[in-house]
Amino acid sequence: METINTLQEFMLHTKNITYVLMVVALLGITGFWLFLTERDDD
Amino acid sequence: MSEDTAAMGKPTLSPFNIVAGVILLVGGILTILRFTQGLDAVTNLSDYNPWGIWIGFDLLVGVALAAGGFVTSAAVYLFGMKHYHAAVRPAILTGFLGYALVVLALHYDVGRPWRLPYPFIMQRGTTSLLFEVAACVALYLTVLFIEFSPAALEWLGLKRARSIVVKLTILLTIFGVVLSTLHQSSLGALFLIAPSKLHPLWYTPYLPVYFFVTAVIAGLSMVIFESTLSHRFFSHKMDAAHLAEKDTVPLGFGKAAAFVLAGYFIIKVIGISAGNTWHYLATGYGAWYLVEVLGFVALPAFLYAVGVRDKNITLIRWTAAWTVLGIVVNRFNICLVAFNWHLPASERYFPHWMEIGISVFIVTLGIVIYRFIVTRMPVLYEHPDYDAH
Repeated sequence: METINTLQEFMLHTKNITYVLMVVALLGITGFWLFLTERDDD
Repeated sequence: MSEDTAAMGKPTLSPFNIVAGVILLVGGILTILRFTQGLDAVTNLSDYNPWGIWIGFDLLVGVALAAGGFVTSAAVYLFGMKHYHAAVRPAILTGFLGYALVVLALHYDVGRPWRLPYPFIMQRGTTSLLFEVAACVALYLTVLFIEFSPAALEWLGLKRARSIVVKLTILLTIFGVVLSTLHQSSLGALFLIAPSKLHPLWYTPYLPVYFFVTAVIAGLSMVIFESTLSHRFFSHKMDAAHLAEKDTVPLGFGKAAAFVLAGYFIIKVIGISAGNTWHYLATGYGAWYLVEVLGFVALPAFLYAVGVRDKNITLIRWTAAWTVLGIVVNRFNICLVAFNWHLPASERYFPHWMEIGISVFIVTLGIVIYRFIVTRMPVLYEHPDYDAH
């Protein structure tokens, strides 16, 4: 991991990861919702 | 009622009564010690550790687990989920007793308890988080008292007073949601003042959000847990409507809890990412953090979902108990385990046995009062003389 010296570098580094995680999370929560409600009509 | 006479015919020296009696007796002695000898005689609290289990358990856990009241009344009266109506009164009663016991526990914890009203008459800053918590808890305890009062008024036969209070239901529910949102989150915000004391894995600017979301999870799980115990021990007190909800409440509340837990898991991961605290996960504290997040958040989310899909009520009930335990673990971690984490072991806090004794005493007191009320007042059944509101 490259060294973080400034707030700009810190925000750039953490937001890079967080944005990728958000995409994964949105897909994940959608899948979880489908898993949770799949048998609702039974 | 015939059930009353049957209940009264039970032996006074039942195992429950004996155990509860001993705990209350010991608790009474410890109470005398606390208020005659002071905090130092019965606690391990110090300047380093001014908040022990009376705050970490009695207050933080108590307030979170009492959230079932606002969650259930909001679902029924604001979101129109009338099929959960029978769950409202037991949830309101649990919430009211929970908050009442939180205030009682505060009398033990605060060095000079007679100064508890001071925030309202002496303080100089309404921007204080403690003031907000004090104001909201005091107001919400009052709201819960009024919300529960129809059951007591029906029991006392005061029809006119009951009809007035029932008209306030929607207003009180809105108050309850607003006040709960404010103080549940503010309890988490209290720890924002101590970034150097709380371990970085638990410290995050999102703490208020975490506390509020976990309160909703605690409320949903506690309603299932409390309903399970009520059906186990007080089914003879229930009418057809309450007996019919034996399965619908766990299924509906379990589904909601699964989804909220999944959302909470996501924002916990986002919190680590935003704080860039990934490297702490490889430490001992990190292992314990993973136990909390994977074992008490991700696992119950999955188990709730499986239980709801398979309509497995037993699994949902065990998951609710596990989630309630998870709330205890979370509040203990923030208030005790991860707090002052940098201090040497000799300075760390471990509760005195008398502190634990007082906490057990307060929980037992709550169970005894709950039993006293549900065996007498129309909580688990509709009073035949009144329409449901």
